[in-house]
Amino acid sequence: MKEARRPTGRLSIAAAALVIARRDFTAILFSRTFFFFLLGPLFPVLVAALAGSLGERVQQTAEEPKLGVVMQAEDADAMVRARDRLARDVGDLLPGLVVLKRLEPGETSDPRAAIGAGRANIAAILSGSPARPVLTGPRDQIEKWRSPVALVAAEAVAVRERPLPEIGLSTTVTSNAREREVRLRTAQGAQTLLFLLTMMLAGMVLSNLVEEKGNKIIEVLAAAVPMDSVFFGKLFAMLGISFVGIAAWGAVGAGIWYAAAPALPDIPEPAVGWPMLFALGAIYFAMAYLLLGSVFLAIGSMAATVREVQTLSMPVTMMQLLVFFFASFAMTQPGSLLELSAALFPFSSPFTMLARAAREPTLLPHLLAFVWQSAWVILLVRLGAGLFRKRAMKAGPSGVKSGGRLRSLVRRAS
Amino acid sequence: MAGNDKASAACAPEQGRLAIEARGLVKRFDGVTAVDGVDLSVPEGAVYGILGPNGAGKTTTLRMLLGIIDPDTGYRRILGAERPQDVAHAVGYLPEERGLYPAMKATEAIAFLGALRGLPLHEGRRRARELLEQHGLGYAADRQIRQLSKGMAQQVQILGTLVHKPRLVIFDEPFSGLDALNQGKLERMMRALAAEGTTVIFSTHVIAHAERLCDEVAIIAGGRVPFAGPVDVARDRIPAQVRLETRAAEGPWRAALPADARREGNIWLFPLPDTGIEPLLRALIEGEAGILSLSIERAGLHDAFVAIAGEAAARALAEETPEEIR
Repeated sequence: MKEARRPTGRLSIAAAALVIARRDFTAILFSRTFFFFLLGPLFPVLVAALAGSLGERVQQTAEEPKLGVVMQAEDADAMVRARDRLARDVGDLLPGLVVLKRLEPGETSDPRAAIGAGRANIAAILSGSPARPVLTGPRDQIEKWRSPVALVAAEAVAVRERPLPEIGLSTTVTSNAREREVRLRTAQGAQTLLFLLTMMLAGMVLSNLVEEKGNKIIEVLAAAVPMDSVFFGKLFAMLGISFVGIAAWGAVGAGIWYAAAPALPDIPEPAVGWPMLFALGAIYFAMAYLLLGSVFLAIGSMAATVREVQTLSMPVTMMQLLVFFFASFAMTQPGSLLELSAALFPFSSPFTMLARAAREPTLLPHLLAFVWQSAWVILLVRLGAGLFRKRAMKAGPSGVKSGGRLRSLVRRAS
Repeated sequence: MAGNDKASAACAPEQGRLAIEARGLVKRFDGVTAVDGVDLSVPEGAVYGILGPNGAGKTTTLRMLLGIIDPDTGYRRILGAERPQDVAHAVGYLPEERGLYPAMKATEAIAFLGALRGLPLHEGRRRARELLEQHGLGYAADRQIRQLSKGMAQQVQILGTLVHKPRLVIFDEPFSGLDALNQGKLERMMRALAAEGTTVIFSTHVIAHAERLCDEVAIIAGGRVPFAGPVDVARDRIPAQVRLETRAAEGPWRAALPADARREGNIWLFPLPDTGIEPLLRALIEGEAGILSLSIERAGLHDAFVAIAGEAAARALAEETPEEIR
């Protein structure tokens, strides 16, 4: 055996992580997992489309509420004509009128009785005369129709000679109020997307590690390279996979956007601009995933079975949901102590900072946040690797599976 | 054990240089002491066996030597390095629980194991094909691990352990799960490695393997090492046994036999006297015992194990050893 042909020097943590990451990346990219990952976003879209279509159908089936008219014949006709005339200018503001009864001169009718005996979609009754109209019906309904009915009655009493004045329209892309509102929505959307992606990926990295333990290769890895690099390799492989997935979704999304551009409304730019928001989105997505993924990896490294993993990851998932709500709530109070806390707490920091990017143009806080979050990623990975070495690698073949107190905790919990 | 059959015959350990030196290794898990003050000195180029029943602390000791876990107290030096990870590129390890990625091709699996030890992937792939050919598995080079039999997958993992040409190879229970044919192949492979100068350490609960292969052994029981050293020294802990068959049942020659001699028919069994065999032989001839046969049997490693580790450890070991190997 020639010495020169032997590898020289140990692999650095980064080089070892690259070996692990390369293997995982290739393996996942050509697996069914990635196929389902790519299809993942289609499911919510499909569900939303189905729900939308069903809702539309339900709405179509439900008839619009109408205002029943019980008046002298001539007054009723005057009201209907006035409503039709006005409808050309004010449209949907006016309730549809249905003449229920044309009263003979001197004849009276109880509108309360009419509302009960009328058609199913009659929501209130209009009685009296155009000069003194009376609305009968549930309070909220008659309050809603009070002004439109007054307008119609006024039109019926004094037929307009002139049409309503023409209003000149001059549109602007946005206004301060609209910009603020849309940026808030952009921030909310970005946070939600970030959260969903993070949860999906962290779950995947967890399954990947459990599978690895099932394959019993973890001890070979632990003997050859530092556990930190195993953790980093796994995390970054999945991150790479997610970027491939996001690139694929992005390409499809961009195609749809491009095709539908003329029909889309103008959306005000986020505070840092779209390109920077996308860049920061990618960074904060990476950080959010790395933070949560490192926690999930630590759990996965100590759990032996899928059941144990599920039992242990459930509280973490719930906690992450709370963190997401925390970040969402903090977003509504810009500049507050709450927002600062959400930006400092490592698990909510990426969500809070991404929302901030949609609202505030300054970039320096993002640089600080990036450094802060990176430090936490390194710390968590180290902690996870340390825990793995300390608790998971026990003696004997079954030792690799064992997690000591963790296992007993799981047994108690499940 | 036939001494000339041992790997050490081909490559004697380098004098004074140790591949592994461990002093006072202690490891506790949840208050239970798994390894309790283990000392080891493994000479470079030796085939070294760690012999003991399951639960004796073999795997924990190996994991500490490899740096998978750190000892609570104690000191270890591997190939001159105090941190095992610093020499990971020069070490090969086959854990007791074998495992490879099922979707990986055999060549890729071997190359990946090499890459973990710093061997470039392209070189690893080339060597993997070479190794598979050498070991009669060339036809399986492009097959996925899940398509191989358990024995073949195990061989692939062994090749992956060796692909980066390590200076020190550690096998944890390498023979378990292998059929007799593959056990023989593995033994030959271990001898060949030692002949090339590679230090081979393996743990086993099968005395026969240790006896056939090892220059030195560490006997481990209850987390302690009551003996570590050359196999011959272990065997010399027990005096050689004399087996004497005589024509005459009685006679004055009987007085020459040691007091603790046991009789089985016309056969007498007793430890070789400190004075040697010559005075006894003279007395037998002069006393007309009519010697039909006389042999001096050196103690086996099993007897040495019983004497060193105790009856309980020996019983545990015997219970774990497959019938055909015993």
